Amino acid sequence: MVSFEPPAAPDLSALPKAAPQLAAPEPGARSPPPPGLPANLPLTKLENCPGPESQQAGKMDACAGCPNQIICATAPKGPDPDLPLIRARMSSVKHKLLILSGKGGVGKSTFTAMLAHAFAQSPQVQVGVMDVDICGPSIPRMMGAVNESIHTSGAGWSPVYVADNLGVMSIQFLLPNQDDAVIWRGPKKNGLIKQFLRDVEWGELDFLLVDTPPGTTDEHLSVNTYLKESGVDGAVVVTTPNEVSLLDVRKEINFCKKAGIRVLGIVENMSGFVCPNCEGESQIFHATTGGAKALAEEMGVPFLGAVPLDPRIGVACDYGESFFDAYPESPACDGLMVIIRGLQDQIGFEQLPEYDE
Amino acid sequence: MSLEGVKHVILVLSGKGGVGKSSVTTQMALSLARRGHRVGVLDIDLTGPNIPRMFNVEDKKVTQGARGWIPVPVGTATENGGSICCMSLGFLLRDRGDSVVWRGPKKTAMVRQFMTDVVWGELDYLLIDTPPGTSDEHISLAEQMRTVNPDGAVIVTTPQAISTADVRKEINFCTKVGINILGVVENMSGFVCPHCSECTNVFSSGGGKTMAEQFSVEFFGAVPIDPSFNLMIESQSSEEAPLVEQYGKSKLEPIFKDITEKLVAKVNS
Repeated sequence: MVSFEPPAAPDLSALPKAAPQLAAPEPGARSPPPPGLPANLPLTKLENCPGPESQQAGKMDACAGCPNQIICATAPKGPDPDLPLIRARMSSVKHKLLILSGKGGVGKSTFTAMLAHAFAQSPQVQVGVMDVDICGPSIPRMMGAVNESIHTSGAGWSPVYVADNLGVMSIQFLLPNQDDAVIWRGPKKNGLIKQFLRDVEWGELDFLLVDTPPGTTDEHLSVNTYLKESGVDGAVVVTTPNEVSLLDVRKEINFCKKAGIRVLGIVENMSGFVCPNCEGESQIFHATTGGAKALAEEMGVPFLGAVPLDPRIGVACDYGESFFDAYPESPACDGLMVIIRGLQDQIGFEQLPEYDE
Repeated sequence: MSLEGVKHVILVLSGKGGVGKSSVTTQMALSLARRGHRVGVLDIDLTGPNIPRMFNVEDKKVTQGARGWIPVPVGTATENGGSICCMSLGFLLRDRGDSVVWRGPKKTAMVRQFMTDVVWGELDYLLIDTPPGTSDEHISLAEQMRTVNPDGAVIVTTPQAISTADVRKEINFCTKVGINILGVVENMSGFVCPHCSECTNVFSSGGGKTMAEQFSVEFFGAVPIDPSFNLMIESQSSEEAPLVEQYGKSKLEPIFKDITEKLVAKVNS
C-alpha cells in the first residue's frame, strides 16, 4: 500500500477551542468578535484575507482568530516557484476547460468523457483529460483504462492513451490496488494536482479537460491558482434539474465569480427519462424550480443545453466504452452536439469535431 | 461533551457524490421519528449542505444558548414522542447561494466545532450526513469519533460500477480508521415508469448487494427511484401536514421501515 498517512500538518491542537471563526474577519476589526455567532456572519468575505502569498499573511489584525493563521504566518512567502514551470508546461495546450459542479454524481465525469470522445472524433485534434478528483477518480473506468499505470520518462509522466489522440491522467493509475482509499488532507492533494500540471508530458494539445471533484475546496482552489497564469478558457458547470442539485451548483457559480473563472455555461444532465418500454417520458429529477435554464438566467450565465437520462450511458461508463461511438444516433448525442456548438461559440475554437449525422 | 445525551451515533457515508446520502439520511430520520425516536441530524457537508432543504428549514437560523449552539427543530414532536432536529452549515450562511470556499484546516475546525459545540440534549439517534470523498472532513470526523465511540456507518451507493468503485474506497477508509460498518443501502435501484409500471434499471441494479457480499457486510436493502419523494420534499411549504406525517403515504416508507428496523436491531444488539 502507498503511504496514505496525512502529511505532517501544522499543529492545529494549539488553536483555541472556542475560536474557529467562520471566515476571515472584516478589515479593521480591532477586537475579536463576541463569542458565539454574530448576527450576520461574514462567511464569504474572502477578500478581507491578505492572502497566503502576502508578506503580512497571518500577521495582520484581520488574521486574528482565523484557523489558518499559524499556517499563514509560518509558511514560506512569495509566489509559488513552480508557477513558471506549470506555465511552460501548459503553453503547449490551446484550450483548457474545467468541468465543475458543486454537487456530486450529476455526471461531471460522464460529461467529461463524452466531451473528450466527441472532440477526439477528428484524428487531428489532440485531447487530454486530467482527473483531479483525488478521492473518487472515475475517469479511468469510464475510459476503460482502469488497470493501466503511469510510465515516467525524462520529459515527465506519460499520460495513458486510450486512443491515438486521447490521453488521460488520474490518481487511479498510481494506486497499487483498485480499491485503495486515498485518505489525504488538503495540502497533499494540492501537491499531487501541482505535479499533474507540472510533470505530465501532454505534448501539443488542442483541448485539456479538467474533471473536478464536487464542492468548492482545496482541489478547486489549487487548480485555479496553478492555472491562472497559464490562462483557463473557462468552466462548464454540470447539474441535474432538481433543486437540491441546483442549490449546490449555485454555490459553485458564485465560487467561479469570486475566483475569476469564466463560466462558459451550464449543462443540464439527466433531464427527462424516456421509458424504453412505453416511450412515455417522466422526470426522475424533477425541475421544480425551472431547472438549469432558470438558474442560468438567474445567474446571468449561458445555458448550453441538456442531455437526457439514458440508461445506456451508465452501462457504457461501467464497461469503459465510448457512448458517443456506440450510439451516435441517440438523443443524448444530439444533446451533446448542441452543447459542443454552444462551447464553440463561447471560446471560438476553429475545428468542430466531425460528426456522422 | 455535547454528545453525552446521545445514545447512538450513526454515520452516513459514501465515496461517491449524488448517490443520495442526504436523502437516505432524511428518510432514516423520518422513519425513526415515526417510530417514536428522538433523532438529530448533523450535516457536515460544508461546501454543499442539503439537509436544510430536505427538511424545509432553509430560512431558519441557529441560536446560541448558554451551553452552545441549539439545533434547529423540524416541525413538532409526533404523538408517540418522536422528534427531529438538525444542524448544518446551511443555517450559518447569509444567503442560500453563498459559497463556502474553504481549504482543509478551516473545514477541520468547523467539523470539530460541530462535534463539540452543539447542544443536542437527549437523543436516541444522531445521524451524521457527510460529503463525498475520503478527505479532510472524514479524517477530522474519524478523529473526533475516537472520543464518541460511534455505533458505526451506513454506506450508501448506487448500483453502477462507477459508483461502487468509489464506495469500495470508502469501505477501505472505514476499515483503516476503525469505523464499524453497519450495512449497505443501495439507492436509485430501478425506476418504475409511471406510465406503464415497467421497472427500468436506470443505473443498473444489484451492485450494492454484490459489494456488500464481497466485503461481508450486511445489506440493508435496495431503494428504487421515486420522483414523488423528491416532489414531497419540494412541496413541503405548501402542504399543511408535516413531512413526518406525509412520509407515511410515500411508497418508500415501507422500504425504509425495513431498513431502519435492521439498523435499530444492529445497533442495539
